Order: sequence, then structure tokens, then C-alpha cells
Amino acid sequence: MKSDVARFWREIPQRYNLIGNQCGSCEKIFFPPREACPECRRKSIGKMKDYSLKGKGKIITYTIIHVGPEDFEKQTPYPIAIIKLDEGPCITAQIVDCKTKDVKIGMKVENTFRKIQQDGRIGAIYYGYKFRPMEVKK
Amino acid sequence: MRDVAIIGIGLTQFGELWDKSFRQLIAEAGAKAILDAGITGKEIDAMYVGSMSSGRFIGQEHIGALVADVSGFSHMHIPATRVEGACASGGLAVRQGYLSIASGINDIVIVGGIEKMNDVGGVSATETLATAADQEWEAFFGATFPGLYAMIAKRHMHEYGTTKEQLAQVAVKNHSNGALNPNAQFKKPITLEYAMNATIVADPLGLMDCSPVSDGAASIVLCAADIAKKYTNKPIKIIGSGQGSDTLALHARRDICTLDATVHAAKMAYKQAKITPKQINLAEVHDCFTIAEICAIEDLGFVKKGEGGKAVENKITTLDGSLPVNTSGGLKSKGHPVGATGVAQIVEITQQLRGKAEKRQVKNAKIGLTHNVGGSGATCVVHIMEGE
Repeated sequence: MKSDVARFWREIPQRYNLIGNQCGSCEKIFFPPREACPECRRKSIGKMKDYSLKGKGKIITYTIIHVGPEDFEKQTPYPIAIIKLDEGPCITAQIVDCKTKDVKIGMKVENTFRKIQQDGRIGAIYYGYKFRPMEVKK
Repeated sequence: MRDVAIIGIGLTQFGELWDKSFRQLIAEAGAKAILDAGITGKEIDAMYVGSMSSGRFIGQEHIGALVADVSGFSHMHIPATRVEGACASGGLAVRQGYLSIASGINDIVIVGGIEKMNDVGGVSATETLATAADQEWEAFFGATFPGLYAMIAKRHMHEYGTTKEQLAQVAVKNHSNGALNPNAQFKKPITLEYAMNATIVADPLGLMDCSPVSDGAASIVLCAADIAKKYTNKPIKIIGSGQGSDTLALHARRDICTLDATVHAAKMAYKQAKITPKQINLAEVHDCFTIAEICAIEDLGFVKKGEGGKAVENKITTLDGSLPVNTSGGLKSKGHPVGATGVAQIVEITQQLRGKAEKRQVKNAKIGLTHNVGGSGATCVVHIMEGE
């Protein structure tokens, strides 16, 4: 997925710091941030506030990718999971700092800042979140 | 709303068709459908073409006009529109054609579906298919398309005890049906052992759980039901048409194991047809991965949520079962040229309801259903057809 660098830095607050947002009407939290709340609709317009997620949650499903896209080929096999964050939203991310066979549904995980991809050998490096088991000491 | 009938069908070979171009394939499918309909072509009011990603696969957009051109319609200047909804593009094109006749705007419409996927390499084809997923919040982080369905499978196994063997049984069944289909990409049965031991793509899904990269095209001619008898003595009526959508990303759905877009589209189609799932005699469902067929038979209401794996194991969905599913071989064995798939499903059900499915013929087939999905379930279209 090669695009102009602007496409990536636009998403920096979300990908570096898990900044989502919250509906000012029903207080539901979203990640990635939404322009409006799907439930409150016009009541929420102009009332969506930034919300910083803590980056802790648990795995609700996962897979071990054996055949990866070109940019991830050297990392295979790698685990990808859907994580339900404590604040409610679910996100898709890689699980790191553990053996692939140790990844389990229900496992508690936390956010860690990592390199995700790079644009060839001399291009931009794209960072973002991955998750690791909570038991692991920093 | 006016009733709409299918009066003509056309299908090319599916597979790795190195000697056939995009243009040749769609023109061939269209010509077959026009011949089958018993029309000259001049009666056609409009054209709809489903194609997921001709821009990335062959570097050509503006497919509506191109297909009208290569099919010999450009001098008639008929409206020709391309429809896109990832792997559901074909089904959506059928629905657009259907709606345009039901509304009274058109009397006769030709619908095409096409994908020419093998003109780019395997890596590029996989990358293009991944554009059906959420690029910013799934693919960016390394999620692949098989990976998303693998996560559905893993959760389904966790919640309902579905097994890898039940997944493999879907592939075995579809290959056994595909072996009887002269247009199928893989006309070859496979054993359970072979399916179980195939190379892992995204755990728990192996190569035999995945549909292939294919070239192919399909076409149908739709006609207002009240004039259909002018052209054929066996029109197949579309008695229900439904469509649904959901979040683009899998992780944002209400339930990982349920395709709510399918539930919504099916409800809409059943309501219009005034029937229940029990009255369906056979179905072509979107088995892009084996787990997708298990979810489909649950979400379409054929079995309860969680019992799809068991239903496959109990052979309910085989050719001689109580509800044959994917008699064509499905996407797994017939092949999955993405834009063509939704139209090709209609072709199979039409053949069955006409009683012309030869070795794959389901006895007493009266009512059939098609189910076409885009992405990991963000788009779904369902059609219900009835023979006379």
C-alpha cells in the first residue's frame, strides 16, 4: 500500500497514541474516531471530543498469518488479533513479545509502540500500535 | 413494482485463461446470454456490469462503456453502468438490473460480471483483493484477507466447537460438485485428508479452505415478467431481492461470527418472496473461504447459529442432501473471478430451475437462492428465484 506520506501522518494521533473520540451526547467511545455518533446522529455533530484510550484489553479472536503481504513477508508467521479494549472499541493489531503458540482467546494484552512497515529501503518508516501480553515486564 | 424474470444465461470457462483477454471473456459471456434468451440484442434497454478492480487487475477503468463497446452496443448508445462492491460486484449488478426493470424504467436489461485476475502476479492479485478490507485499520497492520476469515473461523470454533475437519468437509463437498461442472476451474474431487493437510495460509485456514485466483465472466438477460413468454417458454422469476451493508472492518461488527449484512439481505429477500428459509430447495452461497459457507447457511436461516459445521458434517448440504449448497462447485472449486461470481451464481440456479444442470441436477428444484458477499461481510446481496 504505497501512497503519499501525508496519508500516513494524518493518522499519527490514532496510530501513535490511540486517540479515539467520545460522543458528547451518549458518551460512547470510538476508535478510530468518528465524525458523528451512529446512534445519536445529528445530536452528536460538533460534540465529538477526543478521547485517549489506555491501550489495554483482551483478545477476542486471532490468527497466525503464514502467507503475508509483501511488506510483511519477512515477519511470517506472525499473529494478528482482534482486541476488545477496556473502553469498548475493538481493534485489529499484531501480537508481539510472545511465542505464536502462546496467543490465546481471552488473553490480556497491552499496547506497545512499534514499527509497522517501511516504504522500501530509503522511504518513510511507518509506526503504530502492536499489542503484547500484559504479564510481560517492561 | 413489476415482476422480473431471467430469460437468458451465459458463462465462460473459469480458470487461468492465459489465451483470453478481459474483452474476449465478457463478450463471450454476453453473446451466450443473448443467444440463450432468443433475442437479437436490439431489444436491450440497458447494461450493468459488475467488476471489482479492473483498474488494478488490467489497468482499465471505465468498464461500463468498454463492455458495451466490445459487445457491439456502442452504436445503440444504451446506458452502460459499472457496479462495484468488492466480491459482491456481480450480485449488485444483478440487483441494479432487477431494480431498473421492476421500477418500470427498462423492459430488457443485460447484466455482466467479470474479473481477469491472472494478468497480474499472485502477490499483486492478493494485494488487490485485500483492498476489500479496511486499508487504514486492518491491512495497514498486516491483516490479510484470508487472515480476517481465519479470525472468524477461530472465534466460531471457540464459541460453537466447529472443527477444522468440518471446514475441510466444505471443500471436499464443493470439489465433488465442481468435478461435475464443465465450466469449473478445478474439475477434480479432493479427499478429506488432502484438505486437512494442505499448507497453512492463516491458521486455521489452509490452502484448501481458500477459493482460487480466477479469470472468467458470466452474463444474464433480465426481462419484465409480463413479456418474458415472448422470448422463452421457461422464464425463471426473481421473487426476492435483498441487499445489506455493515462496517468495513471486521473488528467493528456486532458479532465476529455473524454476517449481519447477510441476515439483513436475506430477511429483505424472504419478506418480498413471502417464503421462509425452509422453502428453499437449493442455494449458491459465497464460500470464498470454507468458514464463509458455514456462516452463510447459518445467517441465511437454514440452520441455527453455531450449527453450520454440524450441518456440513451431517451431509445436509451435499448434492443429494436435503438442502444442496453450491452445486456448481462454489467459489472454491468452480473458481472465483470476483466480479463474475455473483452473476455466475444466478446462472447456476437458473440452470437448476430449468432442469438443465445435467449431472449436478437437483431433483424437484423449484426455489433457489443466491448469496454474494463483498469483503469480510460489509456488503451482501441475496436473490431468490422460482421456476414455473
